[in-house]
Amino acid sequence: MSSTETPTPPAPPAAAVSVLRAERVTKMFGGLVAVNDVSFDVPLHSIVSLIGPNGAGKTTLFNMLTGLYRPTEGRILLGERDITHLRPDIITKHGVARTFQNIRLFGAMSAVENVMVGHHARMRAGLFGSIFRPPWVRREERETRERARELLSYVGLREPVFDRLASQLPYGDQRRVEIARALASQPRLLLLDEPTAGMNPQESRALTEFMRAMRDDLKLTILLIEHDMKVVMGVSERVTVLDYGKKIAEGAPAEVRANPAVIEAYLGKQES
Amino acid sequence: MSELRAQLREWREAVDKRLPPWWSRALAGLLIVIGIVLPFLFSSSSAFMNATIIAVAYAVMSLGLNIVVGFAGLLDLGYVAFYALGAYSLGWFGSGFFFKAQIHALVSPVASTLPGVHLNFILILIAAALICAAAGMVIGLPTLRLRGDYIAIVTLAFGEIIVTLAINGQSVHVGGGMTLTAGNLGISAVDSPYFPGIGSFNLLNLRPWYWLIFAILLVVVFVNLRLRDSRLGRAWIALREDEVAAVSMGIPVVRTKLLAYAIGAAFGGMAGAFFGTYYTVVNAGQFQFGFSIFILAMVIIGGLGSIWGAVVGGLALGYINNYLIPDVLNTIPAKLGFNFQLTAVEFGIFGFLLVVMMVLRPQGLIPERRRRLELTAEIAAEDAQLVETQGPAGGPT
Repeated sequence: MSSTETPTPPAPPAAAVSVLRAERVTKMFGGLVAVNDVSFDVPLHSIVSLIGPNGAGKTTLFNMLTGLYRPTEGRILLGERDITHLRPDIITKHGVARTFQNIRLFGAMSAVENVMVGHHARMRAGLFGSIFRPPWVRREERETRERARELLSYVGLREPVFDRLASQLPYGDQRRVEIARALASQPRLLLLDEPTAGMNPQESRALTEFMRAMRDDLKLTILLIEHDMKVVMGVSERVTVLDYGKKIAEGAPAEVRANPAVIEAYLGKQES
Repeated sequence: MSELRAQLREWREAVDKRLPPWWSRALAGLLIVIGIVLPFLFSSSSAFMNATIIAVAYAVMSLGLNIVVGFAGLLDLGYVAFYALGAYSLGWFGSGFFFKAQIHALVSPVASTLPGVHLNFILILIAAALICAAAGMVIGLPTLRLRGDYIAIVTLAFGEIIVTLAINGQSVHVGGGMTLTAGNLGISAVDSPYFPGIGSFNLLNLRPWYWLIFAILLVVVFVNLRLRDSRLGRAWIALREDEVAAVSMGIPVVRTKLLAYAIGAAFGGMAGAFFGTYYTVVNAGQFQFGFSIFILAMVIIGGLGSIWGAVVGGLALGYINNYLIPDVLNTIPAKLGFNFQLTAVEFGIFGFLLVVMMVLRPQGLIPERRRRLELTAEIAAEDAQLVETQGPAGGPT
């Protein structure tokens, strides 16, 4: 925020700049308040976890951040830009990508094609470009395909898997393809909705490492919803806790873990 | 059974491996050559030629509907509307119907002296495509927020609106005593296609008609192939597979869906314009709801989402409807001692064919590559499971 016009701005203090900021966001479904007056920041180049019991409104919040839902009240800022009322595809264009809690790959497409779809927002070929296929469209297609293969290798898949249908891949590989697909849109901010769901402890640990690697390799900021506390405590710099749609705690993992309100939300009130 | 399947698959893979990489191009070239010389093998005004022309035009329509239903997954039950609009484009811009107007463009010497709007067939073809593309978007708009069955109902209603408009258009005055359509009387005396250097087409020699619609088919197949393997084609399939995931990947729903409707409709309109001139009359009675279903049946029998499937489905139903039933097999019931003609029960026959297809080969005659992968992979998985459950020692060796 402090650096403005210089061509090579000095790296600003990371904690000061937020990539994403939610301001007093509320979402109501009829009479049900799914997310209630939640504000939080995601600092640049950080890994932030969103936790809370089932039904706390985490995924609803994700859906608002990516434009699938419109907040009933409040604003969402991506950097300086207000994205509260933008369409999901535009938000993707501005640099937000996500994965889904229950994997949502395009089942009838191969792994490579899935990742190529992820690159959609960064491609230019329109109707006539697609039909007449001038040299620049051919180049764009070729580069997109190569990039998709690179990304699939990057997330740890091997060649024979690339051209198999997404629906035929084992569960773990599908998760990887989903991450590759999200990365293909060249995001600044990556939202992961329960990335370790259904994974065993080793796989979870590997993914934790991988999230850090992604953040550093691709200059990403990561916001994740997670239930596995080992992962949350191991990977995140900040944790935001939701319960019944409200933010009940926020801070460094150790602080949050010791917070009585959080313990109560997870374990229930202690009778004495 | 599974052994047989595995054997077949092995053979097929072996054949695929041995064929040189250019074989598919060579095959396409061969098919085009066969397509071009085909009319010389038959009398120039035979019933078979007539059926072939209609079948090829059906294939064009089937390809158009395949984009909407097969690629983008939007169930359209009102496709007859674009047949009607295409045919009316021909009626409006290629006849003396608007008799107060005097507009001529690149038409035969005879037509250029007549009153009315007379445009060259290629211009009409473009106009029909544009009009239908616009209409396709209009019908697409109210369906954008809908899914599945609800889209089917809206498109069905749209088809009926256009057909009703065609019938009642004779009461819609557009000024100067001219009306919008001629209802069930039909717009007749429409121009035949005319090309400088070739002359006007006539119905005594069907070969030029055939080459014209065959050329249209080639263009439409080309556009389909290019679109399928493009950014746009992937976006359609992604929307079909999972709309929420697709928008989250940056695909604009409105534009992508409307493009599918527009392009699908444009092809229907081109075939409609051709039928208008080929049948020499544009009559509201030609446009029945059943025709929408008929085209949909072509797409499904061919293989939903498959380009070659749509072509084969269109040709197959075209020949069955216009040659096999009326010309070849029509007298069979009489020979067997029944008092009816086969054409009287043709819808029953189509229904039966559809049921047989769905039971024996639900993926269609030529399934889409992706679906084929899906199905064969499933079979492979089943086989693997069988081996696993029976165990290596369990099976008879």
